[in-house]
Amino acid sequence: MTGKEYRTITDVKGPLVFLNKTEPVAFGEIVSLRLADGSIKNGQVLDTSDDLVIVQVFEGTAKIDRTAGVTFMGDVFKLPVSTDLVGRILDGAGRPRDGGPDIVAEENADIIGAAINPFSRQSPHDFIQTGISAIDCCTTLVRGQKLPIFSASGLPHNDIALQIARQAKLPGSDEQFIVVFCAMGITAEEYNFFRSDLERTGALENAVLFVNLADDPAVERIITPRLALTAAEYLAFEHDYHVLVIYTDMTNYCDALRQIGAAREEVPGRRGYPGYMYTDLAMLYERAGIVKGKKGSITQFPILTMPGDDITHPIPDLSGYITEGQIVISRELHQQGIYPPINVLPSLSRLMGSCIGAKTTREDHKSVSDQMYAAYAQGRELRGLVAIVGEDALNERDKQLLDFSGVFEDRFLRQSRDEDRSIENTLNLCWELMASIDTKYLVRLDQDWIDKYHPENRS
Amino acid sequence: MSNEGVIYRISGPVVTATGMSAGMYDVVRVGNEGLMGEVIELHGDKAVIQVYEDTSGMRPGEPVINTGETLSVSLGPGLLTQIYDGIQRPLPTLEEVMGVFITRGVDADAFDLEKKWTFEPVVEKGTAVEGGQVIGHVQETETIVHKIMVPPTMSGVIKSIKSGDFNVTETVCVLEDGGEIQMMQKWPVRTPRPYRQKYAPDTPLVTGMRILDFLFPLAKGGAAGIPGPFGSGKTVTQQSLAKYSDAQIVVYIGCGERGNEMTEVLDEFPHLIDPNTGKPLMNRTVMIANTSNMPVAAREASVYTGITIAEYFRDMGYDVALMADSTSRWAEAMREISSRLEEMPGEEGYPAYLSSRIAEFYERAGRVETKNGDDGSVTVIGAVSPPGGDISEPVSQGTLRIVKVFWGLDAGLARQRHFPAINWLNSYSLYPQSLNQWFRDNIAQDFPEVRTQISGLLQVESELQEIVQLVGSDALPVDQQLTLEVARMIREYFLQQNGFHEVDAFCDINLQYSMSKAILSFQDAAKNAMAAGAQLNDVVNVPARTALMRGRFEKGYVDTIESMVKDMVDEIAATVEEN
Repeated sequence: MTGKEYRTITDVKGPLVFLNKTEPVAFGEIVSLRLADGSIKNGQVLDTSDDLVIVQVFEGTAKIDRTAGVTFMGDVFKLPVSTDLVGRILDGAGRPRDGGPDIVAEENADIIGAAINPFSRQSPHDFIQTGISAIDCCTTLVRGQKLPIFSASGLPHNDIALQIARQAKLPGSDEQFIVVFCAMGITAEEYNFFRSDLERTGALENAVLFVNLADDPAVERIITPRLALTAAEYLAFEHDYHVLVIYTDMTNYCDALRQIGAAREEVPGRRGYPGYMYTDLAMLYERAGIVKGKKGSITQFPILTMPGDDITHPIPDLSGYITEGQIVISRELHQQGIYPPINVLPSLSRLMGSCIGAKTTREDHKSVSDQMYAAYAQGRELRGLVAIVGEDALNERDKQLLDFSGVFEDRFLRQSRDEDRSIENTLNLCWELMASIDTKYLVRLDQDWIDKYHPENRS
Repeated sequence: MSNEGVIYRISGPVVTATGMSAGMYDVVRVGNEGLMGEVIELHGDKAVIQVYEDTSGMRPGEPVINTGETLSVSLGPGLLTQIYDGIQRPLPTLEEVMGVFITRGVDADAFDLEKKWTFEPVVEKGTAVEGGQVIGHVQETETIVHKIMVPPTMSGVIKSIKSGDFNVTETVCVLEDGGEIQMMQKWPVRTPRPYRQKYAPDTPLVTGMRILDFLFPLAKGGAAGIPGPFGSGKTVTQQSLAKYSDAQIVVYIGCGERGNEMTEVLDEFPHLIDPNTGKPLMNRTVMIANTSNMPVAAREASVYTGITIAEYFRDMGYDVALMADSTSRWAEAMREISSRLEEMPGEEGYPAYLSSRIAEFYERAGRVETKNGDDGSVTVIGAVSPPGGDISEPVSQGTLRIVKVFWGLDAGLARQRHFPAINWLNSYSLYPQSLNQWFRDNIAQDFPEVRTQISGLLQVESELQEIVQLVGSDALPVDQQLTLEVARMIREYFLQQNGFHEVDAFCDINLQYSMSKAILSFQDAAKNAMAAGAQLNDVVNVPARTALMRGRFEKGYVDTIESMVKDMVDEIAATVEEN
C-alpha cells in the first residue's frame, strides 16, 4: 500500500485533514502529506472507514490544500531506537535537532507502548537520594516511581528538576541515571537553560533530549512524550539502564489534547478537556516502573504548571489520581525567598513506606519524618491563630511549635541549588531542629530513637 | 446475513462492522488477529463494537466473526487465588504467553482445565434437582469448599452422578433428560444470577476498623461508597477491608488504578494471614486487575466480571465482599465509549444512563435465600474518586443515591495524618437500626447507647471547636475543656487506627466496645474528680491513661484493658487528694 498517493482531501479543519475514497487504511497508520511547494508534513490516522479517513497532522495544517498528495506509510508510528540515542538531541517528532546523523536503528519500536502486566511488575523499593532534604525526608523518591512536580507559572520547578537530575543517586552505589528529557511547548529560553545546565555538569553525554518548543507544532506534542518513553523503555528494559524521565510541561501536552478533541468535535469533559484524558495520561505515567527479570528501571518526573495555582484543575487532579504522589511547589514559600519552595504538607510519596528504614535509609526515618511533618503542620496552623489573638495568648507548647515552623522553612527546606545533602545529614539536621521542641511534645518519636539520636543524648 | 462481516470503521476502541447478523452484547472476534469485542449498538446492518484490546494497525475490510454468545465468565473450581484482567484472562498465563508487556490477540482459559479436583456428590441418583441446587463438593482451598451447583438454566431428575477426581470439563452428573453437568459453568456477566428472595440485612460485616464497625457499620449484603480525593487513603481502606473483613470470600477489583499498587497487593496478599481463619488470605480471594493503561473497554467489563464471580460464590451460601477500586474509572470508561459513539451526553460528558448503570451494579449486592435454600450475601464496597474531591459530581451523586453507607474520606484529615481519614461528621450509615439487635445480642446490651454517646461527643466537639478557633481553648469553662479532651481521646485513641501496624490494624469488635467504654470511664472519673476540686491538667496527665492509650498497640490488650481502666480511674481519683 505504501507509495500510492491520494489527492482526495475533502476538508481541512484545525490540525485535522479529512479525505475519502482510499484503500483500507490502518487505524494509527503514519501518513505523509506532500504539499504543492514540495514540502512534506507528517500525520497519523485518527479515524478510518470505507468512506472517510481522518488524519491528524503533526506540523500543523498551514498551506495544506485539496491538491496535497497523501501517502499512507503502511505502518504505525515507530521510533528507531539504539544505544546511540544517548547523548543526542532530537526534535518533537524524533528527528535529529543537533545536526548529527540520523539514528541507526537497532530496532523500530512502536511508540504507543504496551501496558505492563501488573503481575509482571516488581514493587519498587530502592531509595533514591536526591540531596534535597524536603524530598528525601518527607516525600521520598523510589526507583521506578512516577512522582510529578505540581508547580505554577513563575516558580522554580525547572531548577528543582535539574537539581534532582544532577544529584539523584542510590546511596552507596555508583550506578548512574540516564536522563531522558522531554520538552513539550516550553520556551526556547527554558530549553536553553536545561541544555546548558546539562552541558555544564556533563550530564548531556548521559541524556537523550526530545524537544518540542513553544513555536513548534502543538499537535506534535502528543507524540513527543511517547517517543521519550519509548526510548526510555528501550534503554531500561533492553540495556539495563536506570532511566530518569523528566517531562515538562504536561499542561501544554493536555492543551494539545484538548485542541485535537475540539477539532474532532468530541463531547468535552471538564473544562473542555476530552473525557479520555485520564486514560491518555495513564498511558504515559504508567510506563514507569520495574519489571521482573529486567535490571533497568524507569522513574518519571513529570512537571506540570497548575493553571491559576489550582490543584483541583483537571490536569493536576487527573495526574494526582494516577501518579504515586506529588511534590507541590508553593508560591508563598517562593515569595519568602526560600529555595526549594516545596510545601511538604500537600506533598506525598505513596511508595515512601517501601523504601525507608534501617536497611535503606535509617531506622528512625519514618518516626522523624512523621514528627517533622506533624510539628510543621501544627506550627503553620498556629500562624493563623496568632494573626487573630497574638503570640502572647499561646501556651508554651504552641510557642515552640510556632517557632519550629519558622526554623523548618529557614533551615530544613532552604538549601542552595548545588547543595547535595546526604540522607544521614538530612536526618541529623531534623534532630537538631526538633531539639528546639521539648521532648515531651515529640509524641511521634519512639523513645529508642530519642535515646539514640537526640542531640542531648548524643553529645 | 451470516455470522461473518467486515470492518467498516475504526475509531480507537470502537469498531463498526457491516454485513453481519448480530444481537446486542454479542461477543465478536475482530480483525485478522481475532481481538475480542462486544456489540454495543446496532444501526441497520451496521454493528458498533467495543474492542477489549488495542486496535492500532487494524484496517477496514478485515473480518469480524460473531460468536453468538454474550460476554460470559467461566465459573468453577480454580477461581480462588487467581488474578485476572477485566475479561477474565489470568495475568500469570498472559505473562507466560506474551512476556511482561500485554500485547494482544491472546486467549487464555480462566483456569486450568486439566487439573483434577476431587468431586464428592451430596445428592443421589433419582433426586429431582433445580437450577442452583448443590449437587457436590470440591475442597478448593484449605478454607473454602467449592459447591458444585446445577447451572441456573437446568433442572431435572438425576440419572447418574459420579464421585472421584475429574477436571472441570468432564461430566460429573447426567440428568434424566440427557442434560450433562460439569464442574465448570458459564454465566453472562451483564445478567444477575437468580436467587429465591432477598432478605433485609441483619448482620454486620465486621471489618476490624473501629470507625467503620462502631460508628458507621455496614451490613452483610449491603452497599457502601467511599468517595475521597487523591491521597486520602481510599486504596488503603479498600485493601484493609479486603484483608480483615469477616467475609468468607473476597473479590477485589482494581479498576483503572495504578499498576504498582496492584503489584503491592499481589506481593502482599499471599503472605498475609486471615485473622478470622488463621489461613493465608489468598485462599479466599479472587483478584481482577485492569490498570489505568490497560484497554478501556475491558475496564468497563471488569466490574461485571467481578460481581458475577461474587454472585456465584454467594449462590453457594457464602458471605462475599466485593471491593471495586475505583468505580469512577469504570464510569469514565463508559463516558469514553459513549463519546466515541457520539451519544448525547448528560452531565459532565457522562452518558445519560450513568446513574441507572451505577444503580444496577449496586443492586446486585444483597443478602439472599439461594436457589439451594441457603443464606448468602454479596456486600459491595465501591471507591469513588471525585475530581478535586468535590462530591457534587455525577458519579458520587449516582452512588450516594443508591448506597446506604457513606464513608467520606477527607483530605484535611489525611493531611493531619489522621488515618483512616474518614470524616465522622459527614459520613453515615443507614444500617444501625437493623443491626442494633445483633449488637445487643452478640456484643453488649447497651452497645447502641454507647455508640450514640460517642458520636454525640464528637458532634459537641465540632461545635466547640468553632469557638476555640476564635478565642482559644483557655477561654472555655472547664467542663467544656474536659469535653474537648474526651473528644480528643476518641479521635486519637479510638478513631485513628494504624492500618499497617501488626496489632492495631485489626480490632476485634468486643475490644472496640471495651475501648469505647474506657473513654466513657475516663469522662466519668474526670468529671467526678474535677467536681471534687481536681485540676483538668492533672486529670488528663495521669500516667495510667497514657498507658491505657498506648496499650492498644500491644498483643493481649483485650485481656488487660479492664485492669488498665481501673488503674486510670484510681489515679484520677487520687488527683483530688493532691490538691
